[in-house]
Amino acid sequence: MSKTIKFIQGNEVCVEAALYAGLNFFAGYPITPSTEIAELLSSRLPQIGGRFIQMEDEIASICAIIGASLTGSKVMTATSGPGFSLMQEALGYAIMAEIPSVIVNVQRGGPSTGLPTHVSQGDVNQARWGAHGDHAIITLTASNHQDVFAMTVDAFNLAETYRTPVILLFDEVVGHMRERVVIPEKGEHALVERLRTAVKSGVDYHPYLPREDGRLPMSDFGGVHRYNVTGLAHDMWGFPSDNPQVVHGLMRHLIDKIQNNAAEIARTREYYLEDADCILISYGSSARSSLHVVENRRKRGERIGLLELQTLWPFPDHIVRERCRRAQTIVVVEMNMGQVLQQVKLAVDRPERVFLANRMDGVFINPTDIRNILRLIQGKGI
Amino acid sequence: MPIKDYIRERFFPHMWCPGCGHGVVLNAMLRAIENLGLNKNDIVMVSGIGCSSRISGYVDFHTLHTVHGRALAFATGVKMSRPELHLIVPMGDGDALAIGGNHFIHAARRNIDMTAVVMNNRIYGMTGGQYSPLSGYGISATTAPYGNIDQGFDIVELAKAAGATFVARTTTYHVQQTADILQEAVLHKGFSVVEVMSQCPTYFGRKNKEGGAVEMMKRMKEMTTPIGSKAKEAHPELIERGVFVRKELPEYCSEYNKIIERAQKDVMRKGL
Repeated sequence: MSKTIKFIQGNEVCVEAALYAGLNFFAGYPITPSTEIAELLSSRLPQIGGRFIQMEDEIASICAIIGASLTGSKVMTATSGPGFSLMQEALGYAIMAEIPSVIVNVQRGGPSTGLPTHVSQGDVNQARWGAHGDHAIITLTASNHQDVFAMTVDAFNLAETYRTPVILLFDEVVGHMRERVVIPEKGEHALVERLRTAVKSGVDYHPYLPREDGRLPMSDFGGVHRYNVTGLAHDMWGFPSDNPQVVHGLMRHLIDKIQNNAAEIARTREYYLEDADCILISYGSSARSSLHVVENRRKRGERIGLLELQTLWPFPDHIVRERCRRAQTIVVVEMNMGQVLQQVKLAVDRPERVFLANRMDGVFINPTDIRNILRLIQGKGI
Repeated sequence: MPIKDYIRERFFPHMWCPGCGHGVVLNAMLRAIENLGLNKNDIVMVSGIGCSSRISGYVDFHTLHTVHGRALAFATGVKMSRPELHLIVPMGDGDALAIGGNHFIHAARRNIDMTAVVMNNRIYGMTGGQYSPLSGYGISATTAPYGNIDQGFDIVELAKAAGATFVARTTTYHVQQTADILQEAVLHKGFSVVEVMSQCPTYFGRKNKEGGAVEMMKRMKEMTTPIGSKAKEAHPELIERGVFVRKELPEYCSEYNKIIERAQKDVMRKGL
């Protein structure tokens, strides 16, 4: 069978993957470096009978996709730092009301307007804790275009499986870089479709009563079940409640459905870890430079490996702990002040062996940067 | 169908204060829907945050109680993906025009087919009586202890300027007119705005010594007049009520269907 091979930007790969996963509604607002996603979808979605709308801001964009998702559509929006900040309230709404949705953040330098056209990975903690209140969230990332495709499809699948918003945390380098990607054939990458209730018309449907497996079958707006959806704490009917028992149950459900499935949600790539004394941990575009360093040093006989994280939240601490057990040195490579570093320190047995190799000046961290920091850590000087 | 077939009795009694005007709006809205004979499965009510927005919980439609000010943005997503559904979006004055002002003007500009009902009691009721963009100059509120210096909006003028294709104003005193106007607004193809002047005796009435609900409703009768009435000529300070705008312009979802046709023709011609 002939494969579809393309040489395109990461943002374009994200579009191809989203359409592959069944995206049929997108709302967005222009913002660098994510705009190609909106541009491309404005052309592609109507071709398949889907719908694209450019809203008045990012707040309206995420609100619109939540509304569309409730009618049964697969939905996405795409933005960058400032827009992602604006989306936080409605992101919390999607968590609370359990609305399947995908939010792409192609990261640029921050805070504030920051560095619109330059790379950063500074939104890792915002993805986790940007929305107020206790909650759990799923966040995926990727370092290369084949994985951008896979993670984007997975984001839609996880959104449906867990009835939750999923954040795709890409960065400017991955978003704008051109690279070869093979578009899988239909059926090659499994898709998760919406779980809809089997409850018949005229029979009480409880939109927020989890099944035994924790999943909540949905009913499309416009269908035979009329129910209430709210961002207030709510009971199984979706009606506001401040009954402590109801609220406790709701909170446990929202957090447990994700935290208890952290192993299922965890996605990583491992390179040369079997005998590694020194382990680099990285993600997104900085994992590319990390892999370059690891492969060069392997050629010289050094026992060095790379653990690339694709799931950032829930943080795959069990994998990090297990893989780093016998490592003498662990170096987290990222383009921020150590947002994943903190998680790694919490996860491993000996946090004093965890170091940071970073840049946060808008310049892509290259192998020489990492090599220089490694020499310092290893006491070899620059 | 009797009114009780349109409400979720399970969730009553409602949480509005005695004398609140919002119950009158709910009643008029259900009368309008009953008169139109719409199927309950075809109605989606989307609301924001505030006293008025709790209306969505009480009605037996598809109901979406969203975040403060953004009801129209959520409703836009629902309508775009299911254009055949009827969207009714009840909002408070602060909800629609302070925090939600941007969404309000842009939904009007797009002329997307939905009915925005602004239940205007000129105050933030749920948070305890702070001034809203509709309070107007000189009003007392819990955040305007020395009198409000903010000028108020005129919802009708704002909606007209923003491009709404159906714009009307009525009051909770004029309950039959409210039902009639809502009925026409729901039928109208395009973005319709209905301002319903409503009373908040608990905060606005008390703070501004306007008396209880009955006095406040009488006041609304006295301070308003039908559009173009002789009374308006003699007393220009009277607020006009009735339908101000009723016009046909391309509706957003219909226009988008044409985009889909164009895009699909393109694909047929050139391939994907």
